[in-house]
Amino acid sequence: MWHAITTIFWKDLKIELRTKEAFSASFVFALMVLVIFNFTLDLSGEEAASMGAGFLWIAFTFGGVLALNRSFALEHDENCIQGLQLAPVDRGGLYLGKCLANVVFMLVTELILLPLFAVFFDVDITPRLGYLIGVFVLGTIGFSAVGTLFSAIAAHTRMREVILPILLLPVTVPVLIAAVECTAYALGGDVNPALWIRLLFVYDVVFVTVSFLTFGYVLQE
Amino acid sequence: MKFESNVMGVLLNTLALVAIMLSLGMVFLYVPTEATMGEVQKIFYFHVPSAWLAFFAFFLVFVYSVTYLVRREKKWDNLAASSAEIGVLFCTLVLITGPIWAKPVWGIWWTWDARLTLTLVLWLIYVGYMMLRHYMADPERKAAFAAVLGIVGFVDVPLVYFSIRWWRTQHPAPVMGGGDDSGIEGPMLATLLVCVVAFTLLFFALLRYRARLQELRDEVDALHDLAERGRG
Repeated sequence: MWHAITTIFWKDLKIELRTKEAFSASFVFALMVLVIFNFTLDLSGEEAASMGAGFLWIAFTFGGVLALNRSFALEHDENCIQGLQLAPVDRGGLYLGKCLANVVFMLVTELILLPLFAVFFDVDITPRLGYLIGVFVLGTIGFSAVGTLFSAIAAHTRMREVILPILLLPVTVPVLIAAVECTAYALGGDVNPALWIRLLFVYDVVFVTVSFLTFGYVLQE
Repeated sequence: MKFESNVMGVLLNTLALVAIMLSLGMVFLYVPTEATMGEVQKIFYFHVPSAWLAFFAFFLVFVYSVTYLVRREKKWDNLAASSAEIGVLFCTLVLITGPIWAKPVWGIWWTWDARLTLTLVLWLIYVGYMMLRHYMADPERKAAFAAVLGIVGFVDVPLVYFSIRWWRTQHPAPVMGGGDDSGIEGPMLATLLVCVVAFTLLFFALLRYRARLQELRDEVDALHDLAERGRG
């Protein structure tokens, strides 16, 4: 199983390094979301920490949906999905490899967006930077855990690109709330994040497990 | 339709009809009007049973989905799909009756309180479930995907509930089991229980019809395929 995970992960990484499609799409889109926020809502002064957290996660979520859509649409384009379905490896391993690749793609986008966010909105991100990155990791795992499973589902439907956000966003409400609260704390807000960190942990564990167990039904021939 | 199942159906329909007549009678003729809220409080006897049914229906979607994945029989997929549709119907009723009640009593149509928000998020999840089914052609794959979504959606319920509850801690204490002076009693409780029973019977009657409709649709599709092949 370990072998399946690493093989799938490196495969996706290699494709991404050559095409840069998932990254460029999600990064440019997420950046656009931040720019549009700037026009619609004035973010300045004391609200920067609490509202900025919301801005960031909306940008991450919307950009992430594009990257996740790409994750399995890619397999369908050249009918590679058949190869995955026929591969004599554990389905859970395929899922974890895909999920890990998505986490890495999303995190790279997030970490490049973060300094841009700090510059655009004049928010100080340094005081709890390590904590902030930890929250990004936990939130992204939760988002990608369900997102990878739903991406495999959405890729089989008509209306591929439309169905993924419709399915994914309501299910990831807990991640979004918890990640925004923790990010607000990391940006200098005065919420107590202990509860939210725990919620993120629980969400990650629950949905990585559920997706791991059900992925076989999604990938069946 | 088989004879026994037909008898069961007639029995279920009759029971549901009697229970609904009884509950209407109790709501409008028997139960006293609530002291502070007045007539508008009577919507409570439709609002709460609808909410119960919505949650119950989504729980059944989960149970049927697991059963489908284990047994792989079309029947369970039909039941899951039917249950989800009826759940969305009652969830919609909750979201409509809630604001009608809230406006005169709280003075606002909507508040982002834990239970309201949970109901809205659930509505979105299961509308997504119905859309997914609609957008898929291959029946077996549709059934498996819908089952996975039915499981993920239901596992998500407690997480959504607690996240919203912690997020909005200023919500009012629940009327039932909220504290010493909470809760209702006597005629009101009796009426509520009769309404819940009536709604639950109605749910199963609807579920039977909806699942049967799906079976007939599948039969028509199968015959259609057969005819096409005969012609080709």
